[in-house]
Amino acid sequence: MPKTPVDQIVAGPIEPGVKKKNPILVVDGVRRTFGGLTAVNVDHVEIPAGAVTALIGPNGAGKTTFFNLLTGFDKPNEGSWNFKGENLAGVPAFKVARRGMVRTFQLTKALSLMKVIDNMLLGATKQPGENMFRALFPFTWKQREADVEERAQSLLARFKLDAKKDDYAGSLSGGQRKLLEMARALMSDPDLVMLDEPMAGVNPALTQSLLHHILDLKEQGMTVLFVEHDMHVVQEIADWVIVMAEGKVVAEGPPSTVMSDPAVIDAYLGAHHDTDLGTISGQLEVAEEMESDLIRHEVEEEAAHDGK
Amino acid sequence: MDFNFIWLSLGEIASPTTAAYALATIGLVVHFGFTGLLNFGQAGFMAVGGYAFAIATLKFDAPLPMAVLATILASALFALILGIPTLRLRADYLSIVTIAASEIIRLSVKTSELTDITGGATGLNGAAKTFNAINPFPKGNYGFGVLTYTADQLWVRVVGWTLVALACLVVFLLVRSPWGRVVKGIREDEDAVRSLGKNVFSYKMQALIFGGVLGGLAGMLFILPRSLQPDNYGTQLTFFLYTIMLLGGATTVFGPVIGSMIFWVTLSLSDGLLALGINSGILPITSVQQGPVRFIIVGVALALLVVFRPQGILGNKKEVFFSA
Ligand SMILES: Nc1ncnc2c1ncn2[C@@H]1O[C@H](COP(=O)(O)OP(=O)(O)O)[C@@H](O)[C@H]1O
Ligand SMILES: [Mg+2]
Repeated sequence: MPKTPVDQIVAGPIEPGVKKKNPILVVDGVRRTFGGLTAVNVDHVEIPAGAVTALIGPNGAGKTTFFNLLTGFDKPNEGSWNFKGENLAGVPAFKVARRGMVRTFQLTKALSLMKVIDNMLLGATKQPGENMFRALFPFTWKQREADVEERAQSLLARFKLDAKKDDYAGSLSGGQRKLLEMARALMSDPDLVMLDEPMAGVNPALTQSLLHHILDLKEQGMTVLFVEHDMHVVQEIADWVIVMAEGKVVAEGPPSTVMSDPAVIDAYLGAHHDTDLGTISGQLEVAEEMESDLIRHEVEEEAAHDGK
Repeated sequence: MDFNFIWLSLGEIASPTTAAYALATIGLVVHFGFTGLLNFGQAGFMAVGGYAFAIATLKFDAPLPMAVLATILASALFALILGIPTLRLRADYLSIVTIAASEIIRLSVKTSELTDITGGATGLNGAAKTFNAINPFPKGNYGFGVLTYTADQLWVRVVGWTLVALACLVVFLLVRSPWGRVVKGIREDEDAVRSLGKNVFSYKMQALIFGGVLGGLAGMLFILPRSLQPDNYGTQLTFFLYTIMLLGGATTVFGPVIGSMIFWVTLSLSDGLLALGINSGILPITSVQQGPVRFIIVGVALALLVVFRPQGILGNKKEVFFSA
């Protein structure tokens, strides 16, 4: 899947809050405080439709809280946001999902005491048997059940979980649970998939296949917004990168250039004011966290230079 | 020596009380086992159902179908009142509110201001009159030996166990349906289910009402062969129901039936055995201590069960709650 060119994404000069040509999600003035702490304070941000957007930022930047707010799992102090042109502020989480915006969680929520296939079937929509009275009359929902089971099977096969279909979800490995959670979210055929750290804790052998799955989603016309720490991953699959720090969107841009944005370097370094940046080891430590070859190179080059 | 108690104990298997406890426990399984709702006030639901039935019958001269309807509506309303403020909150709020509400019911009906309606501390007598009036069995004795029943005793057994069978059937159909899948998902992680587009609050409310109505009907069944006594609905009743549920298996449909039978047979057998031991001077306890000691035996049996078969007698090892 080729990357979406920048000029097809933006409709203006690249800066935080830049307008997009075809935004699927538009956020305005969303603020969330916990006591004295402002966890999220986003003036304006737009998520481009049909592209893969990475949301990055140091720990505690407010990425998860931002996800929670947008998906109705938390309520902001103020702010509004539109999804596919419809207001989503104040809409409860389950309705947000029904409108085509689904999410996964940073801490995987596999339903452990249920079978893998039942996890999947739970993601299906329009199942009349989920009504308590119809549930008593299987002939009213068996047909739909057969249809969604077929869809579940093919998704499981795609995610290489079909052999585990009848196992309890609790018996899966961490990476497999991430895959299951993602596959389950796809059961409803969403428009926007929001993944909170989908690669965290996934064994490296699975990472590549996860990346392919994310690109697959784009190929099928879905929009992806994902939180990620690994810059290699971001460089590899993201069309667009949004950088958050201390609750704000501090930078936006294509993955090739955004990491050299001074605001981004500030954001990451700012999170390390207690690290001694005067020493090379301190700088390397920060660079490690960013996992950015770019910066690591810069620091090492500088060191070599200084050493001469 | 008199070994009749063995027969009497076996008679507990089919007694209406066993059926009532089984029915109330099926409600608890819907709450706790399948939906993960911590209802510590099932005794309150039984009280509400029992009082609704008795008051409708005795104070308003309601015909039987109306009294049954009153039982169902009152327990559904009780569930609604408890559920609306708590089901959006963390799971523990429901448990606190249900245990408090069931005690409030028990203490309120005893107040002298309500004696005209509730019968006060002495309760209500004769609520089974409309029920026994439609008894299709001709007068006479049924059964054999010590297990001989009057026509009314037979009638309440037949109806009681029919109710239990119906409840089992409905729960069986529900837990194997997509509805059952959603509530089991809620038991596991309600946020995950919410993220998949399900109205979690509505499902929890449905489960609370359904299990509560089963509790209410159990309360009605419980008073058909006896008078209505407010102190029968203390918190210990709820904990007996939990004992039965864990005995039979918290995530099973038929576990409550097996659990209730074992519970009552064990109580009755140990009672008989203890009496035998005391009368023949083998056991160094008095007959006053006999009552509490039976519960110690049941408690020890439950502790052993949780250690050796934590999923309950019918439960599936993989769905056990008490795993490390
Ligand atoms: N429920 C909460 N109560 C109090 N503080 C919170 C809560 N959730 C998040 N925070 C705080 O908000 C900030 C942003 O957290 P989070 O959104 O989890 O960051 P990220 O996902 O970017 O690492 C952190 O400082 C965190 O401690
Ligand atoms: Mg996070």
